[in-house]
Amino acid sequence: MAQAMNIFAKEFKDYFVTPIAYIVICIFLLITGWFFFATFFIADQASLRSFFAMLPIVFPFVIPAVTMRLFSEELHIGSLEMLLTLPVRLNDVIMGKFLACVAFVAVMLIPTLSYALWASFLGDLDWGPVIGGYLGAVLLGSAYSAIGIFASTTTRNQIVAFITGMVICFGLSFIDKMLFFFPAPVLSFFHYLGSSSHFENIAKGIVDTRDIIYFLSVIFVALYGSHLLMQSKR
Amino acid sequence: MIHVEKLTKYYGELCAVDGIDLDIRKGEITGLLGPNGAGKTTTMRMLTGYLEPSSGSISIEDFSTADNMLAIKKLMGYLPESAPLYHNMLVYDYLDYVARIRGLQGKIKEERIRSMAGLCGLSGIMHKPIGELSKGLRQRVGLAHAMIDDPEILVLDEPTSGLDPNQIVEIRDIIRSIGKDKTIILSTHILSEAEATCDRIVIIDRGRIVADGSTEMLKMGAGGERTVHVTIKGPSFTQVQELLAGRSGIARIEEDAAGSPGELRLRCSSSGTSDLREEIYRAIHGTDWILLELHQEGKSLEKIFRELTQEG
Repeated sequence: MAQAMNIFAKEFKDYFVTPIAYIVICIFLLITGWFFFATFFIADQASLRSFFAMLPIVFPFVIPAVTMRLFSEELHIGSLEMLLTLPVRLNDVIMGKFLACVAFVAVMLIPTLSYALWASFLGDLDWGPVIGGYLGAVLLGSAYSAIGIFASTTTRNQIVAFITGMVICFGLSFIDKMLFFFPAPVLSFFHYLGSSSHFENIAKGIVDTRDIIYFLSVIFVALYGSHLLMQSKR
Repeated sequence: MIHVEKLTKYYGELCAVDGIDLDIRKGEITGLLGPNGAGKTTTMRMLTGYLEPSSGSISIEDFSTADNMLAIKKLMGYLPESAPLYHNMLVYDYLDYVARIRGLQGKIKEERIRSMAGLCGLSGIMHKPIGELSKGLRQRVGLAHAMIDDPEILVLDEPTSGLDPNQIVEIRDIIRSIGKDKTIILSTHILSEAEATCDRIVIIDRGRIVADGSTEMLKMGAGGERTVHVTIKGPSFTQVQELLAGRSGIARIEEDAAGSPGELRLRCSSSGTSDLREEIYRAIHGTDWILLELHQEGKSLEKIFRELTQEG
């Protein structure tokens, strides 16, 4: 675990040494800020619901851009060979990179707390769903980070990693809405498989262990898949 | 110290390393030689734990790679070919990162980073991004990476490839200075380099070991003829031919390129592996000729290398 923290520290710092972090955060805040404030007065409600509803659409674009370089770059320049011959386990490497990404998502969400503060000045904000929303956002962001890392282990090309990650995350966000013509039993399966219903539950302020288990399993499956893929390259 | 048994690696159908057995003693500088694609890099990658062997075993001290890779990695410093480093990191940050992963902390860490910077000549560039460095400097950062916590074993994959002659000498000096009390395995296809730095040479071809020994052993033990160079003052070529013709072991006498006036330079080849020097000295002893030079030459490493690794 100490090794994972060393890798975490390096990867997290890397985000802010290069311009990627600033660009991604700016784009994220621009898009969410614009849509949030554009609908805030029309809805005439002091709530962050419209902001959280956007996340399943915005995260599939933003998060793969953050994760795409994590393994693709190492594979491309060959630095993985130097990293994996240091006394570290592959698990530590994957975990460190994953945590760096989760921390980045958290940093990206911090400025949006100002939306909540702002809404609480204007009206009577119910903090329950806000806290739930942020918990859901971090879980959703973590799940998509894990998927992005998986996409990054499949290829040495960062663009391909970005697109692969985006497609998988997008599919997970919308699978239940895209398959409405399927018979009901099949649909309920996809409904469970899709991330949006779980996210919406938590964002409403209902923290159900089933939803948390869903996100944790997505993270586990994606990270385990990354581990298997990297292992198969040896 | 390092014990390798029947090490084999397949890439799909392709057999890159085919049943290598190798024992490396503590304190030896071993050179892995071989043409491109012979399996040197693959062998090193398996030794350092980057690749897993298809079959066979590697054990280092009391640890085996299958069970205790982490302990082995701690003993080992590895410089992969052409030092693939993170381009956007500063040299200092990179060494700091590696030192932390290798478990160094606080004052000891700073001390090691400083002494590595001194040894590898990085002091002036500690705050430059690695991407901006020349190939030679990057190679030195790679060396510092490999040696940062003073590991027992150093594995260096073509440490001097792509460097200019001055840089090659610098890197070679560093290797030799640390090689006094470390076990080093290095690969190269520059034969003179192997000869200059290594105690022992292992030639690999198509995944198999085809020769193993010190440079002298390889040169002498490779069998075939040996050549003795002789310079004599006095006689003519035919006189010498008459004198030596009957002597045992001498297969051929040829006149070498002309030396200074009055000096005759000869090249005598032996028929077996016998030492001709004694025979020649005794023959000339009885005459009033003056023997100016007498030295035996084994096969050059280049010749051995070509013979062992050529197709067919």
